[in-house]
Order: sequence, then C-alpha cells, then structure tokens
Amino acid sequence: MGEEMIALDRREAVARLLARRSPDLLVVTGLGSPAYDVMAAGDDDRNFYLWGAMGGAAMVGLGLARAQPQKSVLVVTGDAEAMMGLGALATIAVQKPANLTIAVLDNGHFGETGMQASHTGMGVELDRVAASMGFGWTESISDLASVDALHNRIGARAGAGLAVLKIRAENPPRVLPPRDGVHLKNRFRAALGFPTN
Amino acid sequence: MSGTTAIAPVADWRSDVFRVLKRHDIRHVAYVPDAGHAAAIDMAVADPAIQAVALTTEEEGIGYLAGAWLGGERGALLMQSSGVGNCINMLALPAAGRFPLLMVVTMRGDWAEFNPWQNPMGQATEKALNLMGVLTWRADRADDVEPLLHGAASMAFNGDSACAVLLGQRLIGEKQWVKK
Repeated sequence: MGEEMIALDRREAVARLLARRSPDLLVVTGLGSPAYDVMAAGDDDRNFYLWGAMGGAAMVGLGLARAQPQKSVLVVTGDAEAMMGLGALATIAVQKPANLTIAVLDNGHFGETGMQASHTGMGVELDRVAASMGFGWTESISDLASVDALHNRIGARAGAGLAVLKIRAENPPRVLPPRDGVHLKNRFRAALGFPTN
Repeated sequence: MSGTTAIAPVADWRSDVFRVLKRHDIRHVAYVPDAGHAAAIDMAVADPAIQAVALTTEEEGIGYLAGAWLGGERGALLMQSSGVGNCINMLALPAAGRFPLLMVVTMRGDWAEFNPWQNPMGQATEKALNLMGVLTWRADRADDVEPLLHGAASMAFNGDSACAVLLGQRLIGEKQWVKK
C-alpha cells in the first residue's frame, strides 16, 4: 500500500472518532462532506449539522462549549470551511474553552465544488496557524492510531484543541443529514433537556 | 444590580442597555467594540455571570450565539453598523434554524457623519437586516432605548426571532474628530 496509506479515508476516520460515543459528546459539523461523514457514522440527536453559514461551524462549537462546560464539544469541518472562518480560531484561542476540539478534515481541495485546489493544498498548515494563535494543543495526523488517540483526547477536556486530519481527496457517496434547521435545533436542545418554545 | 454603582443613575441609555440584557438573563455578550457600546462591554466583562467574547469579525457572533442557544443559554451581539454587512450570509443560520438572535447596533453613516466611507453601509444597515429576515427598531432618543431593547429581547427569546435594535447617531452623539 505504501504511499496510499499516507492519507486517511474520511469515512473511516470520522467513524472511529465517533465510535463508542459518550453521551457527553456534542457534535457540530461544517456544511458539505463533513456533515455527510458524521451522518454516515450514525445520526444522533446531539449532532447539529450546518447546511450553510460557511465559516461558522467553529463558532457554533465555541458557543455550545461555553454554555455546556461539562460536555465535550467536537466540531467536524473541512479545510475550506475552517479557512473561511479563520478569525474564529483566534477568538477560540483567546477564550480557551477546555472542552472544545476542532477536527479539520483536510484534503487540500474544495471537494464539494469540483476538487479545485484549496489553500491548505497550496501550503497553509492550519495546525500551525492554530498553534501560533494559542490553542492548548494542535496536531496533524494521517494514520488511524492517531485518530484513536484523538478520540480519547476529545473526551479529556484538556484544553482547546485543533487536529488536522489529512484525508484523501475523494468524494464518497453522500449520506444526507436532515436539512430542517428547526428540527435539528429542537431535537438537540431536547437531548440536553431544554424545552421547545 | 452588581457592576452599575459607578454609572450615572438617571436616564443613562448606556447603562440601560446592560440593565435590559441582565433582565432578560443574557449570559453571553459577543462583541466587536464600538465607543457607543463601551459601557455595556465594560459591564459585561466585569460581570462574572456573563461570558464576554471579543470577536475578530461580527458574523462570528451569529454562530456563537446559536451555539450558546443549543446549549440552553441566551446571549446578545453588540456591533457597529458597518459590521452588519459582515453578517449577511451568516444570518442564514438564525433564519433556517429559527434561532433567537438579539443584536444591538450602533449606527454610523446615519446623522452628522464626518467620514463618508461610513455612509454606504450605514444607509443600508436596516434594509440589509430586513432583507435577511431580521426585525428592526430604531432608537434616536435616550428614553427609547430601554423599551425598544426590552421589546426586541422579548420577541427574540419568546418568539425565536432575529431582532436588532439600532442606536442612532443622534442618540450616540456626534463624533469629535478634531480636538477643540
């Protein structure tokens, strides 16, 4: 296999991140493929999928993490979505939420729109960006053992973290989450015990 | 009320803003600073019951407050009118999810503006918010701030609506560009 093993399969990586899921894990996804990956790993009331608002996933995660400090919050997003909200990484770094992890699925491309090269594909390293901003921990990983270690790190709530997962540039079949934002919001809040207005 | 002892006691709209936010159980104040918001920001930062979050750009606050609401808590977003332009696409989030959103916007390019670069966005602010489904109210007098903000907060959190109160330049006062 050799060279082909350098990058992760996105579906396998996300499935392992969400395997044996703790009831204390809350997940926010960026729009597009990361939402399909999380959906493919198994829908859950404690998942909030963005279908738009590009650049906003990390900030939704921050607000959730600050309102629910006893839970672990995982944002699963793509490299271009993270790049569009780059300032949000600075906002998160200075807020230092111990229970927030940003997992960036980085294929170096705008995968949803025709696989055009993206900024990370042309040299920007988001883990180093986040480290320089002051994240508690950052890493760039490309093997499954590191994904399993990341799984444990998410539950530890030991500082705001950002992990770049180097994935292969390919589009597996879409697995579509629900698109009704009101439904997604209400079921998420209900899972945490909050009422619907 | 903690944190208000140093504030002028009578009809100060600047402390009214914070007082109304507290009355509506606001736990998060996200902001890009503006001089008109300085009092509310200082009080939010000093209040241990409030998470005060400085943003690099205003649209971050839309996502942040949606996340806080998913987690069961209320917040408000403070910004200048120029920042409304930065929020446009992110306003799809409260619209699609019918999230409560309370924005307090200090106006520029609105009245007695010295800097013409503020005028395009200032003149488009209320229309742009309305185009994206945000309900708006304008306060140009000090005694309008408290009731309008209370009304907006009520409709945001009781009715899952996006609501903005615009604080006019006549209320805030003419910016002094040259020392006299």
